[in-house]
Amino acid sequence: MRYIVCMKQVPETTEVDIDPETGTLLREGIPSIINPFDEYAIEEALQFREERGGEVTVLSMGPPQAEEALREAVAMGADGAILLSDPAFRGSDTLATARTLAAAVGKMGDYSVILCGKQAIDGDTAQVGPELAELLDIPHVADVREVREITEEGITVERMIEGGYEIVKAPLPALVTVLKDINEPRLANMQGIMRANQTEIPTWGIDHLGMSSSDAGLEGSATEVIDVFTPEVGGEGEMIEGEPRDQAKALAGKLRDAGVI
Amino acid sequence: MMDFNLTSEQKMVQDMVHRFAEQELAPNIEEWDEAEAFDLSVFDRMAELGLLGHCFPTKYGGGGMDYITLALVCEELERVDTSFRVVMSVHIGLCGLGILQWGTEEQKHKHLTPLATGEKLGTFGLTEPNAGSDAAAIETVAERDGDEYVLNGEKMWISLADTADTFLVFARTDPSAGHRGISAFIVDREMPGFESEEIHGKMGIRAGDTGSFTLQDCRVPAENLLGEEGEGFKIAMSCIDNGRYTVAAGTVGLIRACLEASTQYAMERETFGKPIAEHQLVQQMIAHMTRDEEITRLLVYKAGWLKNEGVRNTRETSLAKWYGCDASFRAAENAVQIHGAYGYSNEYPVERYLRNSKGAVIYEGSAEIQTLLQASYALGVRKDKPVRCELPGWPYEE
Repeated sequence: MRYIVCMKQVPETTEVDIDPETGTLLREGIPSIINPFDEYAIEEALQFREERGGEVTVLSMGPPQAEEALREAVAMGADGAILLSDPAFRGSDTLATARTLAAAVGKMGDYSVILCGKQAIDGDTAQVGPELAELLDIPHVADVREVREITEEGITVERMIEGGYEIVKAPLPALVTVLKDINEPRLANMQGIMRANQTEIPTWGIDHLGMSSSDAGLEGSATEVIDVFTPEVGGEGEMIEGEPRDQAKALAGKLRDAGVI
Repeated sequence: MMDFNLTSEQKMVQDMVHRFAEQELAPNIEEWDEAEAFDLSVFDRMAELGLLGHCFPTKYGGGGMDYITLALVCEELERVDTSFRVVMSVHIGLCGLGILQWGTEEQKHKHLTPLATGEKLGTFGLTEPNAGSDAAAIETVAERDGDEYVLNGEKMWISLADTADTFLVFARTDPSAGHRGISAFIVDREMPGFESEEIHGKMGIRAGDTGSFTLQDCRVPAENLLGEEGEGFKIAMSCIDNGRYTVAAGTVGLIRACLEASTQYAMERETFGKPIAEHQLVQQMIAHMTRDEEITRLLVYKAGWLKNEGVRNTRETSLAKWYGCDASFRAAENAVQIHGAYGYSNEYPVERYLRNSKGAVIYEGSAEIQTLLQASYALGVRKDKPVRCELPGWPYEE
């Protein structure tokens, strides 16, 4: 059983600038981390391996420095890592990214589950996981909060929906995107960190993946980011003081005055 | 030649310890501090994460990291509370590195390996009720009897006294020979005649175990003599070099904690119609903290670099320890001042920082001892002589 985790290195802060030409993030000087949702995906894959055997490979598309994030995943316990990096991948939107990941998965041989974080905290699209599954022609379940069972035949998960959750079963291989409720990601230990530094991480470029430049990067992208900005915080907050009963009464009055209730 | 970049390995360790401290220590620290207690499972977690042996050579079960990594670990732990850095100081700095420096190959395999894996906790027993700064005045005695030494005496203000398994104990083998009559022994808690107890009522570092232990006709195998007979004082001083290094590194974290708390509070709290961060006298206190954090870190990195190079660093380490301890006490005092009356209560962590910071101005060489040491180097009165066993530089020979 092989478990593949797709992960992304993201800037630690949400206050990032955008390259006006490519519409992508300017990463210079900003500390980078593993996309927090992806840490949960890594942890889940590690738990699969601990329960059922097999191996965990982490996969990331990004600039050469994304190798650091892959090493962090190896330090957590992943068996191997592959970096997809090539100037030709620059400016990829979610579709071009998913195509690139799909090409890489195609080169990796058999696998049973692909795990992704629900979304990346920089782009916030939540599209790459489902797009990757579509391109690979495998089932996917997004927003998974718990894996109930995983057998040779399939994976049964709880998927969050508005107002509750549904239980979904999918045959393998399948792709799941996970929420933060699913587990508590482990800390890397010293042994893992030492191993991470000795692990060789291959870099696969566009030629290795056998992709055409019209399918990758800016050229292969179907969408374009026009602008990214931090929304302005509007309105003044107001604190209502007093006993809970009086606070509730005052709040109801204000909501009524505003025409909300 | 100068390179202040951390390696990716160092960054990963720093990040791991930061998260560990934030996620698993910080949520409990107020309760532990108040109750003068802590959860022993913290040591299990530290062992699991490899923190108890990270900078010991891998051939003794350690992580093989360098001395700068040791500083990073200390900084991150003390940023949350001094008690956790103290574990690094005694287990790694004073005990483990002492055995690494002075132990025979056999002693290292036997006594350092269980410390490195966290199977055992180590500490250091030099101070006595009547001998602190004047370490040569210790009264504990060790008499040779066949293949054993019989130890008698009392040790006080010992961190982890009631928790540790392995004790590096200093005792007189020749009462007439002054500091040349002191020897070092690796003592195990399980040895008959060993008894420890906790000390309560400390002003700070209350989430840590400090205590005393007595040795009553405690028979220690002769093979547990560390170094040679009469070498104990030199061994103690080199252990203290390593301990002081961890204390100095910890103060960087303490200053950082003061700075973080103070900047946040100063931007939120308003007086005279504006955030207090806009008042210049508050800015001055914050600027001093920034300065001291950076100066102390540079002093620590210099000492750490010398350690990596395998160069004696008593002078540089003492300077880092002296400056850092004074600076962290000052930073904590100013952090309380910035927080005003709130800072004087335990509603904010800064009063704990102030209580904690005072300890290091006293232990592992008081500020006065460091002052005299620096003067004696500057005046040329003191010069470091090579010792029989030097602390290995890094990378370690495997």
